[in-house]
Amino acid sequence: VFKRFVEIGRVAFISFGPHAGKLVAIVDVIDQNRALVDGPCSGVRRQAMPFKCMQLTDFVLKFPHSARQKCVRLAWEKENINEKWAATRWAKKIEAREKKAKMTDFDRYKVMKAKKMRNRIIKHEMKKLQKMASKKGKKPEKPEKSEKSEKPAKAQKSEKVQKAQKAQKPQK
Amino acid sequence: MAGEKAPGEKKPGEKAPSKKKTSEKKPAEQKPGQKEGGEKKKKIKKHHASRNPVLARGIGRYSRSAMYARKALYKRKYTAPETKIEKKKKEKPRATITKPVGGDKNGGSRVVKIRKMPRYYPTEDVPRKLLSHGKKPFCQHKRRLRASITPGTVLILLTGRHRGKRVIFLKQLDTGLLLVTGPLVINRVPLRRAHQKFVIATSTKLDISGVKIPKHLTDAYFKKKRLRKPKHQEGEIFDTEKEKYEITEQRKTDQKAVDSQILAQIKKVPQLRGYLRSTFSLSNGVYPHKLVF
Repeated sequence: VFKRFVEIGRVAFISFGPHAGKLVAIVDVIDQNRALVDGPCSGVRRQAMPFKCMQLTDFVLKFPHSARQKCVRLAWEKENINEKWAATRWAKKIEAREKKAKMTDFDRYKVMKAKKMRNRIIKHEMKKLQKMASKKGKKPEKPEKSEKSEKPAKAQKSEKVQKAQKAQKPQK
Repeated sequence: MAGEKAPGEKKPGEKAPSKKKTSEKKPAEQKPGQKEGGEKKKKIKKHHASRNPVLARGIGRYSRSAMYARKALYKRKYTAPETKIEKKKKEKPRATITKPVGGDKNGGSRVVKIRKMPRYYPTEDVPRKLLSHGKKPFCQHKRRLRASITPGTVLILLTGRHRGKRVIFLKQLDTGLLLVTGPLVINRVPLRRAHQKFVIATSTKLDISGVKIPKHLTDAYFKKKRLRKPKHQEGEIFDTEKEKYEITEQRKTDQKAVDSQILAQIKKVPQLRGYLRSTFSLSNGVYPHKLVF
């Protein structure tokens, strides 16, 4: 039922508080509500932190309990947690949310245009397939073809939308 | 340190001259820095953070004597303020002057005061201010412009017949209104004035530094013209008023002149033309206070 446990070395994401948005490793458990926590590579000093503001991630580091910061840092860098974290969907969702909030009026216009274009292409393909299906009657080949042609079209459009969004961010 | 102690012993009080002497003796050290330091040391140069780390509230790490050394107070000694005797000895500006006087048996000269007592005192302390004090006419008002509005910014008009349209800001006119253009071919907004308060400034900016705006585009150019000589009777007055606004040829040429330059810049930015063509609107779930413009 539970897959992520509070253990020594568990990497947690801080959801609220002064260090909101940073990753820390659990170094030791103080009592039922608090843990000794350290984030040498994310700018969080070694401190006690309540479990309530931590959300557990999938990453676990290997170091003994109450290890000093240097050991935590070594383990962190050995596992390359920062890169692994950036590659997770969780981190990408957070980043996408931030980008959306920072969109200017011009960016919103560009995203609207990209989405419109993408939806048009998808609709166009769908209509084509529906036409073929209705003309030739029901055949088992049709659903396979529709999936294949939709996926490349969707992949192209999603890339364009992402590029449109990303291009605006560095341009700013 | 050694060089400083020698002049220091002579006059432990005088700060600035001693500093200057040490700077002369040690040409290796930075002269201008030292001289400035010597002159500025009457006021504290740069406030250093507390050199006494706090152990607990109200308790510092170092004792008084340790702090004396840490703050280098041994080299920071200030003189007592001038005593009255020294003040009296100070050079005062001349109060009187002796002038020769002609005439016989007159004494030859008179002692005349240079700064005389006023000849007249008004009966009230301060002259009464006019009722119109501090009230300036409109032409002398201070015109302000929001920092977010710079030449070339894309603005969203909020009122008027062009509400919702995105428009390029050119310059601020003398009355404080903003001179704005569509450009005309993009969204049918001509060279027009807009009020700063009824405009949203977006962060999208166009490089308009090379664009020259004709000088004759002033407020007088844009002001609405009204006939003020109804020579006809009551029934006919309404006919003479310009009901239809006619676009003058001058406006057309000015529009072309400005727009051609701006369109060249617009083409350089991808999708900007389409952006200016579109209008701004709110829909469900879109809250202006949460939008970043």
